[in-house]
Amino acid sequence: MIYNEAIPAILIGLPLLAAFITPIINLASKKARNAFVIAILAIEELLIILLAWHVFTNGIVIYTMGAKNPSIVPLQAAVPVRIVLEIDGMAAFMGLISCTVAMAAGIYSIAFIKEGNGKARYYTLLLIMLAGMLGMVFTGDLFNLFVFLEILSIASCGLIAYRQHADAVEGAFKYLVVSNIAALFVLFAIALFYAQYDLLNIAAIANAMQYTQLDKIALALLVAAFAMKCGAVPMHFWAPDSYSTAPAAITAMLVAASQASLYALFRVCFTLYGSLMNYHMIGIAIIIFGLLSMFIGVTMALPQKDIKRLMAYHAISQTGYMLLGVGVGLYLLGSSDFNVYGIKAMEGGIFHIINHAMYKGLLFLTAGAIYYRLGTRNLNEMGGLGHTMKFTSIYFIIGALAIAGIPPFNGFASKLLIYEACYKVSPILSIVAMLVSVLTLASFIKVFHSAFMGPKMHDVKEAPKSMLAGMAVLTFVIIFFGLFPGWVVSHIVHPAAMALVEKMAYINAVMGG
Amino acid sequence: MIWNVPFITVALLIAIGLYAVMFKRNLIKIAIGITIIESGVNLFLITLGYRKGGIAPIYTNLPSGVKVPEGMVLPVPQALTLTSIVIGVAVLALMLSFIMKMYQHNKSLDSHSRRLKG
Repeated sequence: MIYNEAIPAILIGLPLLAAFITPIINLASKKARNAFVIAILAIEELLIILLAWHVFTNGIVIYTMGAKNPSIVPLQAAVPVRIVLEIDGMAAFMGLISCTVAMAAGIYSIAFIKEGNGKARYYTLLLIMLAGMLGMVFTGDLFNLFVFLEILSIASCGLIAYRQHADAVEGAFKYLVVSNIAALFVLFAIALFYAQYDLLNIAAIANAMQYTQLDKIALALLVAAFAMKCGAVPMHFWAPDSYSTAPAAITAMLVAASQASLYALFRVCFTLYGSLMNYHMIGIAIIIFGLLSMFIGVTMALPQKDIKRLMAYHAISQTGYMLLGVGVGLYLLGSSDFNVYGIKAMEGGIFHIINHAMYKGLLFLTAGAIYYRLGTRNLNEMGGLGHTMKFTSIYFIIGALAIAGIPPFNGFASKLLIYEACYKVSPILSIVAMLVSVLTLASFIKVFHSAFMGPKMHDVKEAPKSMLAGMAVLTFVIIFFGLFPGWVVSHIVHPAAMALVEKMAYINAVMGG
Repeated sequence: MIWNVPFITVALLIAIGLYAVMFKRNLIKIAIGITIIESGVNLFLITLGYRKGGIAPIYTNLPSGVKVPEGMVLPVPQALTLTSIVIGVAVLALMLSFIMKMYQHNKSLDSHSRRLKG
């Protein structure tokens, strides 16, 4: 294997560097700029596959910034001194999602974003967003997590407001306010940890954790902040506004960005606190978040007339499935049932994260293709698009069937795992999950019917080739995951779930012993 | 410290900021609220590193009689605060430019004049 221990650092550094080279290349030629950005995104994808392969076969990878031997953490009196990147199964899994979605979004944007309106800066922000996501999931240091969280939200807000409509600016402002308050909560929680333990490293804090009163306050702040950022229901109000007004490629990236926050939530619950906290209570709280998100998300989606707003409400509802699956796992943590079906529920929830990023990304991209040709997001003004936009309608069908959980697409595989495992805990959970799935199918049939079916109403052409190619990347992953779910679960999802559960492995990789 | 005044100030600042963000309708006031919360969190970080009678943690030309490292204030919270201030400036600038754009479109700073509903 051509594996190098510097890959984790390159993965974060390369897009940051490329982001600021892009405007310079833009001065020479527009085509060279596009080729450069796509090449960088392809290299990122290749590197993350190498890294993920290494992590899934050999276990946790450590990279200490600026150390002579980066795979060993320099400890001084049990305090890790430098910033440490720690990539376990879950982090590598999230990295795979971010890079794949970024590559699809990058290819899609070649035609989708029109020249002349600062497109070089668009790509700059896109690359910074990718660097922010990767940094957030790779870092082993809490303060570093805060910094990358802010990098991610500033870049995202710039991109949401890219078109500078009144709507887009409003969506971006809401997202900025919400994510900044969330980030300040996180910083306050970090200060609480630093006050007690003089530590910033996640593994070291988890090792020293006493679960005092202050730690409980920090837990509440962190859970609230990350639930706010990932769009779970009591704090979901920003999601439809910013998802629907951002350019479609960016909406797909935003889905992946929300999931990076979801990752941070799981990392805090499982690794930082784990069996120390009252995981029954927190598990039930996360399950309730999940059920509310699922149900309210889908019922709000049904009456929507704006195609992207409808999909955004579905994104909230699908986030509920992930929270439900992992919440059930957290609820059962440590009991004898955990190994029987608790781990299955977690696998379902985590598998759903990657599935959701793929099919929801694809659906947003198809909505963007319709907007590109028709200039509207209103479902009432669409109709008969299937006559000319043949590939777009095929992609839409694949995405819609996948989100509704119809075999043989990937949504079915993860939803089945969640149904089975949740049924053992309480049948009500599974009944709600299935009901939400049916309502999802209903609302996507509505979209399909009003957008693609019926007599030919508009004289439109098929979407440009680069947009079709971007959608094809995601479709390929959806079909691959749908056809070989067993292989994916045992080789990618199971290591990710185990990485969350095995707290001691994460701690020992840094602290030694 | 005198009666924990810094910590009480931190709590007050964060409460005032959250109040402004949640209940004020003027967009500029929301931006001010966020800045106040941020000042509260920064003050909290700095207070954590405080040592009574401590000096700056610089080893060159160390005055005699200072215990190392007990007589020095903690440098890490100050580094964290600096980073947080820099990020805060970027966020504030971005937020104000969004507010400017929204004022140009809506001719109002009232958050109830928003366009995205339902």
